[in-house]
Amino acid sequence: MSSLRAHLKRGSVAGLATVGATALVLAGCGAPPEAGSGPTAGASDYTGCIVSDSGGFDDQSFNQSSYEGLKKAEADLGIKVNQVESKTNNDFEPNLRAMVTAGCDLTLTIGFLLGDATKKQAEANPDSHFAIVDYSYNPPISNVKPIIYDTAQAAFLAGYLAAGTTKTGTVATFGGIKLPTVTIFMDGYADGIKYYNEQKGKDVKLLGWNKEAQDGSFTGDFEKQDVGKQLTQNFLDQGADIVMPVAGPVGKGAGSALKEAKAAGKDVKLIWVDSDGYLTAPDYKDIMLSSVMKTMGEAVEAVVKDDTEGKFSNEPYVGTLANEGVQLAPFHDLDSQVPADLKAELEQIEKDIIDGKLKVESAASPKA
Amino acid sequence: MSDNQPAKHAAGDGHGSTPSGKPHHKASQAEEDTAAVVSVDTAGGAMEPSAVPATAQSGQLPGGPDTVLRRIFTGSGMVSLLAVLLALIIGGLLIASTDARVATTSTYFFARPTDFLSALWDAATRSYVALFQGSVFNPRGNSVAAQFAPFMETLTIATPLITAGLGVALAFRAGLFNIGAQGQIIVAGILAAWVGFALHLPFGLHLLLVLVAGIVGGALWGGLVGVLKARTGAHEVILTIMFNYIALYFLRYLLNTPAFQRPGESNPISPILDPTAVYPQIFGTQYRLHLGFILAIGATFLVWWLLNRSTIGFEFRAVGANPKAAQTAGINVSRSTILVMAMAGALAGMSGVAQVAGTEKVLTDGVAATYGFDAITVALLGRSTPWGTFAAGLLFGAFRAGAVQMQIQTGTPIDIVLVVQSLIVLFIAAPPLVRAVFGLNPRRKKPARPAKSRQAATTGGAA
Repeated sequence: MSSLRAHLKRGSVAGLATVGATALVLAGCGAPPEAGSGPTAGASDYTGCIVSDSGGFDDQSFNQSSYEGLKKAEADLGIKVNQVESKTNNDFEPNLRAMVTAGCDLTLTIGFLLGDATKKQAEANPDSHFAIVDYSYNPPISNVKPIIYDTAQAAFLAGYLAAGTTKTGTVATFGGIKLPTVTIFMDGYADGIKYYNEQKGKDVKLLGWNKEAQDGSFTGDFEKQDVGKQLTQNFLDQGADIVMPVAGPVGKGAGSALKEAKAAGKDVKLIWVDSDGYLTAPDYKDIMLSSVMKTMGEAVEAVVKDDTEGKFSNEPYVGTLANEGVQLAPFHDLDSQVPADLKAELEQIEKDIIDGKLKVESAASPKA
Repeated sequence: MSDNQPAKHAAGDGHGSTPSGKPHHKASQAEEDTAAVVSVDTAGGAMEPSAVPATAQSGQLPGGPDTVLRRIFTGSGMVSLLAVLLALIIGGLLIASTDARVATTSTYFFARPTDFLSALWDAATRSYVALFQGSVFNPRGNSVAAQFAPFMETLTIATPLITAGLGVALAFRAGLFNIGAQGQIIVAGILAAWVGFALHLPFGLHLLLVLVAGIVGGALWGGLVGVLKARTGAHEVILTIMFNYIALYFLRYLLNTPAFQRPGESNPISPILDPTAVYPQIFGTQYRLHLGFILAIGATFLVWWLLNRSTIGFEFRAVGANPKAAQTAGINVSRSTILVMAMAGALAGMSGVAQVAGTEKVLTDGVAATYGFDAITVALLGRSTPWGTFAAGLLFGAFRAGAVQMQIQTGTPIDIVLVVQSLIVLFIAAPPLVRAVFGLNPRRKKPARPAKSRQAATTGGAA
């Protein structure tokens, strides 16, 4: 009896599997997929490709911005897009080679870690075009366009803004990993604060970064939000009321520490980096003073557009305040907390930087 | 040995003559079986159970080599086939669920179900075809060389997995859970890379020195764990995990010092290794496959010989099966522990060399990728036997290589690719799970009520 039941049970599972498999097979023999049902508009034969570093396209940082730029080019220019994410540094070369083999006209690579792999593929495939974000070659390579940013210019404005807005006279910053693309934010921020102190005869203190020593606070990676939260709490305990995390998603850790402090009655603010945090990290809208933006999406789209029009060059694109490659984001909800004369001073400083009257220098600045 | 034979037979006869059919007798026999397993592991309770059950450590003892391949082709071929089938079906559904066309056609499923089903079939099969084309053979390549390029890529990626997997497997066989392959790869990578870019030596000598530096680095890092374990009794799992962190953060520190950076740059990336310091590409420059793969085959053979033909290997296995008994039998357990960890580290060190001198040619903080942790899976999948580990390394290498094409050709997100691959490994590695899903497990005797068990007895019991 029980063995009969076992037989039945086994039979029914096997039967179910057979039915399922048959259904799949039948479907395979059924109507062939309709032609031209793909989402591509087919307006252009041009294929733009992108290889991420190990952060992936959802890193809320340069991978994501660049990816969105390419997707925007897909929508606006009707190009085809091929994408591949790297999980580890070992994936760079196979991924990049697969892209070239897949017939990409322009391959976009993200970050200095892909520098060697990009160079190798570019030299092996002189007819393909490449662009690399946040890295440049010395000497330049004829078919690679570097996309780099003089971020210190916009971070300078953020430093001045923070110094002019702080109530406690102490502001803070921290980084993810000590990379030039991270420390350039911190250098500009430090200089902005220093400039404010010189102009106003004040003594606003900066925690988390010492420009002369080129050393400060880092969380050690771009992943552990709890470390960012801890660091921020330490800064708050030391009297800081404005924090600028330069650590991608770890910035959310800082955001949550600041939100808790705000709930406890403290007047604290957050300065976001890379994108306009008011839009990309809306959880922290109510404490978001401003953001130091690198408009990579626009730059990527512009590079792709130039290439489709046959205007590719290996001249580096350097994002500055002048070409709006780097910007200070609007103050949004906290607009009323920024005094009108401070806004006017920021505008004047921006103009001075663009005119070259005010030099913002960082050890990590692009050497063009 | 011949003295034992009659005794064994006697024991066997004893079991055979036990009157069967009565439930409590069967239960007590099962208890005896478990007790036997436990007593092998704990020397009859005289010591704590080892981290790896003794019965799982010595796959070679009864019935010949117990490798994945053997299991697939001999033992339960049907179950393996079902495992792959099951993984393919579940994976296919997962892939399909991320496919845009499947989503759109599912909205009018009842109006025209064939659209949905063909989209489903299409999405799943395209991904698997891409996996195959990316890892074994690509018929769309425009030359024979290009057609075989995916297989070469598989071998390339498998190289560090095999050697690191062997290191983990060797330690397993001596009863040690070596979680430290990651750190051992890193330390080996640091030393090998430094020799590779900082020293400038003639061809041949340079590469040899790179190899030696890497192996010595790995052996030191692993051997240090062995020394601490043998001298102080500290647990090797904690030691190796912490040594991984020490190695990683030390590497990050080094990469922030000018000695490990390129002149004029401050990115944490080392200079490129000298051409004299890198492995030659064995099938020409169109493939990345390098000499390290040949060395990995050699290492597999060496570990096989060590474990099965040498005195040291016998000692390792004896210590793994029962350290107390091994000590009583005159084996120096401390020496074995230190030696096996140093050898495990040396093997992982070969992976570090394969990374810096084979594929990457630079040192970054991602030099070990996730090989040190994948190596644990590879070793377990290979049942801790040398050739089993080799085969498992190839399988993992194929998955990694195929993942690229799965992403590019079908747009399947990399995370789903990894989920599907993990499912396949899960099902292959756990045949009982598959048997359970298909209802093929040998039916266990439940402690049934007397009336039922009498009925079972009359219908013949186990099906």
